[in-house]
Amino acid sequence: MNFFELFNYWVVMLLMMTGLYILIAHGNFVKKIIGLSIFQTSLYIFYISMAKVTGAIAPIIQQGVELYSNPLPHVLILTAIVVGISTTALALALVIRIKQAYGTIEEDEIQAMDEEP
Amino acid sequence: MITGNVLSAFISNEWQLQLTILLPLAATLAIRLAHKRPNVREAISLVTSAMLVLLSYSLYRNLSLGFELKLVWFEVIPGLELSFTTEPLALLFALMASFLWLVTSIYSIGYMRGLRESGQTRFYQFFAIAIATVMGIAFAANLFTLFVFYELLTLSTYPLVTHAGDDKAKSGGRTYLALLLSTSFIFFMLAIMGTWLVAGTLDFAPGGIFGHQAAPGTCAVLLVLFILGIGKAAVVPFHRWLPAAMVAPTPVSALLHAVAVVKGGVFTILKVCSYIFGLELMPDLVSSQALLYLAGASVFLASLVAMRQDNLKKRLAYSTISQLGYVTIAALLANNAGVIAGGMHMVIHAFGKITLFFCAGAIVIRTGKKQISQMAGLGRQMPFTMVAFFIASLAIIGLPPTAGVWSKWFLLQGVLDAQQWLLLLVLCLSSLMSIFYLLAIPVRAFFPGSEPGPRSSVRQEAPLPVLIAIGISTLACLLLFLFPQPLFDLAAAVTTTQGGEVR
Amino acid sequence: MIAQLPILQVIVPLLAAPCCLLVGRSKLLWFFALLASAMTFVISLVLLQQVQESGTIHYSLGGWSAPFGIEYRIDLLNAYLLLIVSSITSIILLTAHASITAELNENKHKLFYVVFLLCLAGMLGIIATGDAFNLFVFLEISALSSYTLIALGQKRQALTAAFRYLLVGTLGASFILIGIGLMYMVTGTLNMFDLSERLPQVEESRTVVTAFSFLILGVCLKLALFPLHWWLPNAYAYAPSVVSALLAATATKVAIYILLRFIFTVFGGEFSFTTLPLQEILSVLGIAGVLTASVMAIYQQNVKQLFAYSSVAQIAYMMLALAMNSTNGLIATLLHLFNHALMKGALFLALAGVMYRLGSVELTQFAGLGKRMPWTMAAIVIGGLSLIGLPLTVGFISKWYLLRAALENGWWPLAIFILLGSLLAVVYVWRIVETAYFSPAKAGHNQIKEAPLRLLLPTWILVLANLYFGCDASFTIAVTELTAQALLGGAP
Repeated sequence: MNFFELFNYWVVMLLMMTGLYILIAHGNFVKKIIGLSIFQTSLYIFYISMAKVTGAIAPIIQQGVELYSNPLPHVLILTAIVVGISTTALALALVIRIKQAYGTIEEDEIQAMDEEP
Repeated sequence: MITGNVLSAFISNEWQLQLTILLPLAATLAIRLAHKRPNVREAISLVTSAMLVLLSYSLYRNLSLGFELKLVWFEVIPGLELSFTTEPLALLFALMASFLWLVTSIYSIGYMRGLRESGQTRFYQFFAIAIATVMGIAFAANLFTLFVFYELLTLSTYPLVTHAGDDKAKSGGRTYLALLLSTSFIFFMLAIMGTWLVAGTLDFAPGGIFGHQAAPGTCAVLLVLFILGIGKAAVVPFHRWLPAAMVAPTPVSALLHAVAVVKGGVFTILKVCSYIFGLELMPDLVSSQALLYLAGASVFLASLVAMRQDNLKKRLAYSTISQLGYVTIAALLANNAGVIAGGMHMVIHAFGKITLFFCAGAIVIRTGKKQISQMAGLGRQMPFTMVAFFIASLAIIGLPPTAGVWSKWFLLQGVLDAQQWLLLLVLCLSSLMSIFYLLAIPVRAFFPGSEPGPRSSVRQEAPLPVLIAIGISTLACLLLFLFPQPLFDLAAAVTTTQGGEVR
Repeated sequence: MIAQLPILQVIVPLLAAPCCLLVGRSKLLWFFALLASAMTFVISLVLLQQVQESGTIHYSLGGWSAPFGIEYRIDLLNAYLLLIVSSITSIILLTAHASITAELNENKHKLFYVVFLLCLAGMLGIIATGDAFNLFVFLEISALSSYTLIALGQKRQALTAAFRYLLVGTLGASFILIGIGLMYMVTGTLNMFDLSERLPQVEESRTVVTAFSFLILGVCLKLALFPLHWWLPNAYAYAPSVVSALLAATATKVAIYILLRFIFTVFGGEFSFTTLPLQEILSVLGIAGVLTASVMAIYQQNVKQLFAYSSVAQIAYMMLALAMNSTNGLIATLLHLFNHALMKGALFLALAGVMYRLGSVELTQFAGLGKRMPWTMAAIVIGGLSLIGLPLTVGFISKWYLLRAALENGWWPLAIFILLGSLLAVVYVWRIVETAYFSPAKAGHNQIKEAPLRLLLPTWILVLANLYFGCDASFTIAVTELTAQALLGGAP
């Protein structure tokens, strides 16, 4: 079990933490959405990596091939991607409305405006 | 006798039992409907209370003293049911409460009209609800039913306490609610749950329900929880609600501090001591001694504070706290004389204290005076009221020719039987103090000496309904001195059930 | 037809949602949506009856049998929750027309009903499905639609509240997805029943523990367990009143269902409580949640926000009961799922009435409302008493079982904290009562009338349910007892 065997998972973790960090640390709503997207992308990679079987090819039936990768996670992650896109779309729509309502998309400014009576 | 039989010819005993609770509730609706016509409204109030007295009396006549009549309304959780039963203590309480409700109803007509209070319909409504819950407490067949009505009583009297609606009333109401709910939610509820887990049942039974296998340590803890949890008994340190609730109109104070709330409290304590723990188990519990001292402290401290109060209603409130301590002590002594004393004192104190409150209210109606220092010389103006005050004071203190003698007598006997010398000292001291803080008022009213005060000799008594009410309750204090037998029989019946089967 | 009920339960609202677009007038839309949700209610009743009679129902989606296809399994727990969600939603929807006419622009009504039905479909789907990934999909359907619903609120704070909820919700759902992925890696299945059979063989592996942790964390984010609750109060407070009622009464219940399902069915109670110090974590967070949220509720000026914090506290109660890891504890959780839905449904619908007449639910606006809106205020008082846990209301039933479980476990101090929590509830409920009944009415409020019957009636249905199930809990207790035993007994 060396480093490269788990290379994909290291990347997944890296991306995940990056996304999470952006999500938490940045006050700009669009940046938060970017963070969230990165976070979700890491998940997609995670699922795809998991489906990989060493020495196998893509799951399309061919003559003389015994070993196929697992197709199910691919299918699952297609669904997850769709969900992710919807989420991002909705989030962006909300940000546009927030911009219209507040004139800014910075969290601290909005908070200050909300606290004013 | 006749009335009981006549009623029974029409209504079965089960229905009579239910009606004690349902009738006042129905009256609530009727009162609401008649809110535009005060005369009808008050007539409903009076008729209902009179009928309630009849019902309780008929139940008392028709039933031999046992747990035989049992009525189940519904089961809430398997094993927890809302059910009612008649037993001596319950009848004692129900008779007292229904009778005094009648008297208070008469009184409040005079009082509320005399002062032109606002929101009278609401007042009568919640009054009726409160009495229904009191009946529920009285006839509860298990701890759960009792708890339900105990909480309902707190809530239904809350609007009465805050009747005035100003800031003072609100803050008084807050204290009232906070203390009663917090004690019952935390300690009482825990005690009930503990009892359920230890004994497997919550039904009241002669001789207690714990049996011999229950660990004495647990039972001792439960007893502490019960005594602390029954905040309505106003044992120190949870007594603050009682003076706070004095912001209420006087009929409410009379109802709360003589009949419904506080008596609901000591009644619950009596009931728990005799039917949950049982007189056999009680003396063995390590905590009962400590609790006796707590109740003793309550008696003593409240008397001390009462001496320093100038507001008449406040002084009466502290006197109530002190007197409730007597009943609590009586219940905790857990011997025959103690139980008899507890039952009797619960009733006699009710009559005495309600008279005192009635008088305080009468003074307010006519003169607007609330401070004792202003009342010197009042005897000329209101001789009837002040004489009644004098007699009721005697009843509270426990001097002849009033009924107070009997309960104090049995209490002393109980204390002697249990050889509680310190308590004996406390009780005697407290009685002396009560002579000072109660009797001083009528004495100064009749013999003001050189003190400044009204010198008017014009007779100015309160309205007639008020005087009638005062007359009835004062008369009762005297009559019970001459004929204490029925009272004694009922209270004693509690102890004879103890001798019976022990589960 | 009967055999198709498990899928119909989800399909009906799912298909009804786009059909709403074809309907023209607002009132007609309302009627249509009501019809759809009433149908789900009837279906859930039949399902519960079937489950009680003949045990767990299996349904293979599209005819593909279990490990390959998606399977819908309805056991007692599912049926019970389906009933809670569909019944409460139907009652809430009864008020929708009156309430949104007052609170939303005419052109948004169509959107509202579409999204509302989607949200319902999502919640029912989560409960009905027996497939872990399918659960995630439905979770996102209900979540996305509830973000939209919240954003419909009148004030601009609704937008930020919805946005924050979106961030947290997506994060939570992603965690759940990671957990599901990890489980799939070690077992090769997504069917919850299969998972529960295969997981014990590999429970030593670190992957399973990681999966479990991710799942628990994700669900706790979704159900707003203290201290992960910060998104909830604003979301409830600024959403349209009907939506607040829906979220408070049902949404968190569904999240708790997921938690129960994973802890007890998929991983098994024994594994769950030994691998992670779940008992300690949940009981400590539960107690902290009950006390903190109740205290926060006391200081709120907006009544919706007040009840939102109270919801956080109530959720914490359920977690506390769960932490007992005993039959009675579990019964308490399950009972409170239903009971809390009744209380909060009644309370938020009553607030919808206030909102309808006053356009605001600030506490100061409540002054003198006891006279002006007697029925609405009486509903709040009874709902509040139920929240406090007064005997003869549903609140008492749950409290009784919770307390019993705590004492049976020998957790005395905890029992005291639980009771302290209900005292705090007295304080925040009483602030409203005092203002409504003992403060003089505000100057402009003389014209305020009682809320219309269309709002009052559904509110009082729930209020009466609070009393009825508080007086006769035999139905709920019978169901929850069996459910709890099934859950603790392992896989259903």
